[in-house]
Amino acid sequence: MAGKKPNVSKEELLEYYREMLLIRRFEEKAGQLYGMGLIGGFCHLYIGQEAVVVGLEANAKEGDERITSYRDHGHMLACGMDPKGVMAELTGREGGYSRGKGGSMHMFSKEKEFYGGNGIVGAQVPIGAGLAFANKYRGNDNVSFTYFGDGAANQGQVYETFNMAALWKLPVVFVIENNHYAMGTAQERSTSTPAIYTRGEAFEIPGEAVDGMDVLAVRDAGAKAVAHCRAGKGPYILEMNTYRYRGHSMSDPAKYRTREEVQKVKEEHDAIDHVREMLLTGKHASEDDLKAIDKEIKAIVSEAAQFATDSPEPDVSELWTDVYA
Amino acid sequence: MAIQILMPALSPTMEEGTLAKWLVKEGDTVSSGDIIAEIETDKATMEFEAADEGVIGKLLVAEGTEGVKVNDPIAVLLEDGEDASAADSAPAAPAPATETPEAVAAAPVAVTVPDDPELPEGTTFKSMTVREALREAMSEEMRASDDVFLMGEEVAQYQGAYKISQGMLDEFGERRVIDTPITEHGFTGLAVGAAFAGLRPVVEFMTFNFALQAIDHIINSAAKTLYMSGGQMNCPIVFRGANGAAARVAAQHSHDFAAMYAQVPGLKVVMPYSAADAKGLLKSAIRDPNPVVFLENEILYGRSFDVPEIEDFTVPIGKAKIWREGSDVTIVSFGIGMQYALEAADRLAGEGISAEVVDLRSLRPMDTETVIRSVQKTNRCVTVEEGFPVGSIGNHISAVLMEQAFDYLDAPVINCTGKDVPMPYAANLEKLALVTTDEVIAAVKSVTYR
Repeated sequence: MAGKKPNVSKEELLEYYREMLLIRRFEEKAGQLYGMGLIGGFCHLYIGQEAVVVGLEANAKEGDERITSYRDHGHMLACGMDPKGVMAELTGREGGYSRGKGGSMHMFSKEKEFYGGNGIVGAQVPIGAGLAFANKYRGNDNVSFTYFGDGAANQGQVYETFNMAALWKLPVVFVIENNHYAMGTAQERSTSTPAIYTRGEAFEIPGEAVDGMDVLAVRDAGAKAVAHCRAGKGPYILEMNTYRYRGHSMSDPAKYRTREEVQKVKEEHDAIDHVREMLLTGKHASEDDLKAIDKEIKAIVSEAAQFATDSPEPDVSELWTDVYA
Repeated sequence: MAIQILMPALSPTMEEGTLAKWLVKEGDTVSSGDIIAEIETDKATMEFEAADEGVIGKLLVAEGTEGVKVNDPIAVLLEDGEDASAADSAPAAPAPATETPEAVAAAPVAVTVPDDPELPEGTTFKSMTVREALREAMSEEMRASDDVFLMGEEVAQYQGAYKISQGMLDEFGERRVIDTPITEHGFTGLAVGAAFAGLRPVVEFMTFNFALQAIDHIINSAAKTLYMSGGQMNCPIVFRGANGAAARVAAQHSHDFAAMYAQVPGLKVVMPYSAADAKGLLKSAIRDPNPVVFLENEILYGRSFDVPEIEDFTVPIGKAKIWREGSDVTIVSFGIGMQYALEAADRLAGEGISAEVVDLRSLRPMDTETVIRSVQKTNRCVTVEEGFPVGSIGNHISAVLMEQAFDYLDAPVINCTGKDVPMPYAANLEKLALVTTDEVIAAVKSVTYR
């Protein structure tokens, strides 16, 4: 990359910065609300991995679907879901996307084509291919972004899905967010071959390893994958090399890795710092401009937290609704 | 010595077949392994090989004969040096080493479809197998909406493992009748995704035993998402296929999952007995905005029933049907259990006990009102199902009656179920493991204090 001028406009770069920052601040706030007992159950934060979803969303168009695992807050914010509705779902309130009935791991937006939020590791992979199947069945050129982690990459249903997606040339981008830990198990302790992106080779699905901490690298790899899918050439695998700063969930002390390891990534590879650096050195923004953005994001997040705290618990009648359509 | 060639059993449930074509003629010499005839079962046309060598002395059954019973002699094979006259005195070929199983499911005695007050007067009926009824239901719904498609193992080119989808590939093409790899977990999840996107998949499981591989998607993905999404994301999908015991296929292929699926909120569960209900309920299931588990039975596939000839005939999910009115006891059943219930009712009538037989048809939602109303009249209840006894549908009916009709009961409810063991293979043990008509009759006598 040295010396090469990145192919990105000032507006785009600012947009990525804004979106990544929103995810990070939102997640920090969620962590805080969890600590205060306002959020219950499992809560998996996306801090550190922001560039993945923001870079990929830059390639999405109207009608494209996305689906992911339980670590889903970032994906929802990146596809344009309202932070207030997401946060209120975390607090289990009426104003949440699922009216308090899904929680952190199970949130959806038909409007934004966000299909969850899936609590079962790997289950989103065939479902994501099914969304792609529907696109092909209907003859449109939409693409399904199907996200899963390095842990899910060892699930059998992933390979059943690779087989069918390749066989039927389904327009699905399989995005493997490799944060190197399947909960507390390091990748080398759970995975026989480290290069997960090559796992499609047996099915003739092209795959690529991508620096998932670099939003532009993600975006560009995504563009290639999406073009492949839209052209009717079938699925594409992108393995995003990324890192989560927090524990697996809020209740994870993360004893399986050293504090130094985490610190090193934060200092040397932080995705947001990277964009911030580009903005400043490219003279696209001043420190003051960025401070103004920070302030704006903080306000959005505070408003979301306030909404999520003020919104009432669901009416007791909600217990019995939405079992059947 | 001349030996008789017998009509072979070419599937676990075959009781008779059609001798479609002879590929040899009298006087031909055959070796073991030579194909001598084509035989049509209820599922397929199969080639039949000679097991011995010799000269075809006589063809006993003409080409095109239908309804040839398994083990009936169809030809006589002469050994070296014998002449045709030996054919007349030929003994049967040695019987198979194991006892030939009696048909596991004897045909129900004198089953007539009761009048349905909801059918318009003057409705005409057409006799049709359950298999044909299921095919008609799917085909009609696929003609009505392009969003409906069929997916499963062997549904397209093979024409269906149990021939339910026979001819559908020709009519609808490979876009809509889709052969899958043998990956239940994967293709079920994929179909669920397609349903979330608004299509209406019909997923055929070759049998529901294999759906255990996919049960995470049936329950965690299909059944729960509407609730977890606060009503945003429904899953209009049908999971259908053969459920429960067929014949002699043992433990891993003989499980009745009715009670298991009926336990799950978010799913609808239906288990029809007759062809009319199979057709009407499957059409309703395909139109339903919810995931529907549609439990069929291999033994019933070939049974014929009268089906109303009504344009767009449907049966509502969640409504039981009274097959036979009676005053002394209510027998509640569903699916293949109905044949024991009806047979028992017939035999009991001969002994002066009048049984009302209720076919639940749907297990979730369950029409317990009809059961309660019936028990309020008869004051006694026996339930019949092939599934395991613990946590059975019968257990649930018992609980409902205890809670809501306790004062009407003159005797404890008895649940007749399959036995609490994995299904054995041996013919005699299999018969014992299933619920029997005799058990139903004994239960009725017990609750009527006869």
